[in-house]
Amino acid sequence: MRPLAEIEMAIAAVTLEPGPKVAADELLQLSEEVIEHWVVARGEEPTSDKREGFRLLALHRQGAKGDPSFNACRETCREIVYHYNLVTMQSEHAETTNRLEMMKMISNHLYLFVSGKMQVAELGEFCCSAKPIRTSTDFDAGTTKEA
Amino acid sequence: MTTKDKYKKVAYYPGCALEGTGHAYNRSTKAVGKELGLELVEVENWNCCGAMEVKNVDPKLQTYLSSRVMSVAANEMDMDVVMAPCNGCYHNLKKAEYDLKNDPESVEVVDKLSKKAGHKTYESGQVETIHALDWIKDAIGEDGLAERVKNSLSGIKVANYYGCMYTRPRHIFPEKDAGPGSESTSKPHFMDDLLAVAGAENVEFPLKTACCGGAHTLSDSDMSTKLVLNILKAAKLSGADVIATECPTCHSGLEMHQIRAEKTLGETVDIKILYFTQLLGMALGLKPKKVGVHENISDSFKFLKEKGLA
Repeated sequence: MRPLAEIEMAIAAVTLEPGPKVAADELLQLSEEVIEHWVVARGEEPTSDKREGFRLLALHRQGAKGDPSFNACRETCREIVYHYNLVTMQSEHAETTNRLEMMKMISNHLYLFVSGKMQVAELGEFCCSAKPIRTSTDFDAGTTKEA
Repeated sequence: MTTKDKYKKVAYYPGCALEGTGHAYNRSTKAVGKELGLELVEVENWNCCGAMEVKNVDPKLQTYLSSRVMSVAANEMDMDVVMAPCNGCYHNLKKAEYDLKNDPESVEVVDKLSKKAGHKTYESGQVETIHALDWIKDAIGEDGLAERVKNSLSGIKVANYYGCMYTRPRHIFPEKDAGPGSESTSKPHFMDDLLAVAGAENVEFPLKTACCGGAHTLSDSDMSTKLVLNILKAAKLSGADVIATECPTCHSGLEMHQIRAEKTLGETVDIKILYFTQLLGMALGLKPKKVGVHENISDSFKFLKEKGLA
């Protein structure tokens, strides 16, 4: 697992030159590493399981367990997988260059989202739907009743 | 009464963003409603929905604040539908509805605070909260809209951007993912559907529900700028001329950070940002000023003129 700052640079450095499959594999790997950071910061061992054939989706599921706000990047992960499939299964397609470029942008979005969440005390709290969903466990009812 | 009839007259909850940075959304929503013959009755003496700030300090207080808006609509105005165009307000009212249906502690807190504030306690199910997209889609329908289009948006390629709060968390939107005709939480399409009827060409846009960084635009502006820049570039790569929005926070974030990206990162992305209600309004024959295009931060007049809309 590379440091987050290195991941950002590595995403930016991916090109088609080594071939579509190699480039897409690298972006998928980098995206997995982004989520690994999140999982490790939560004190867990990143899963090696796969969901729908992709470890990235299993990692996302692990990262969202107990923290529904992490689902804000669920579709981002699924779009990475979709673009991975496009690039690797139709590598001769005329749109492959654009598809890989789009996959880079989506991977970069995942990086930005997750690294943003990790800024404060490793597990920053900025996402809109974070706290209310888990109120049953951490809400001090007494405070509000007197508000 | 059919949904179509029910939505013809709704309680309108603009929320605070639509009175400030999102005023163009307010103006265009009202203008489109008027043009379509739909009636909006503004919620009397409405208050903040609790937004993100209150929610993160005390979620039950946010539930109360949102419940008060619904209580006023139901108990003081005798309305049964509240339409909130802002994703934050829409999300919070839906969340309050969910909490009041499923969490006895929320019911207890809301009841106490309502009594203390001197108004009737909102009870789950008294009103239905809908978004502006539901409102137009269900009250007018795609066929009804098609009949009213005067200036087709043909030749305009649109990336529809829904942001993160319109569909999340999915359990507070039981009406979504409910089969054919319903909205999807993973791939929302109501805005795509409406703008397609108006003649626009929707592009495949993989970041349509991705985070815009709006919630930490003040605490970490650089991160927000990078997130927005990524959205702008992805929309451009998708082939879009315009990003259509349906959330005032996303919209103002996209506009402000588009400029900030130019200034701080030296990156210019030539793409227009317009509320879907502005695009629909112009398709219905309204002038750009009538739908508040002059109130946007970015200047789209030249583009709209080229496309025959101004």
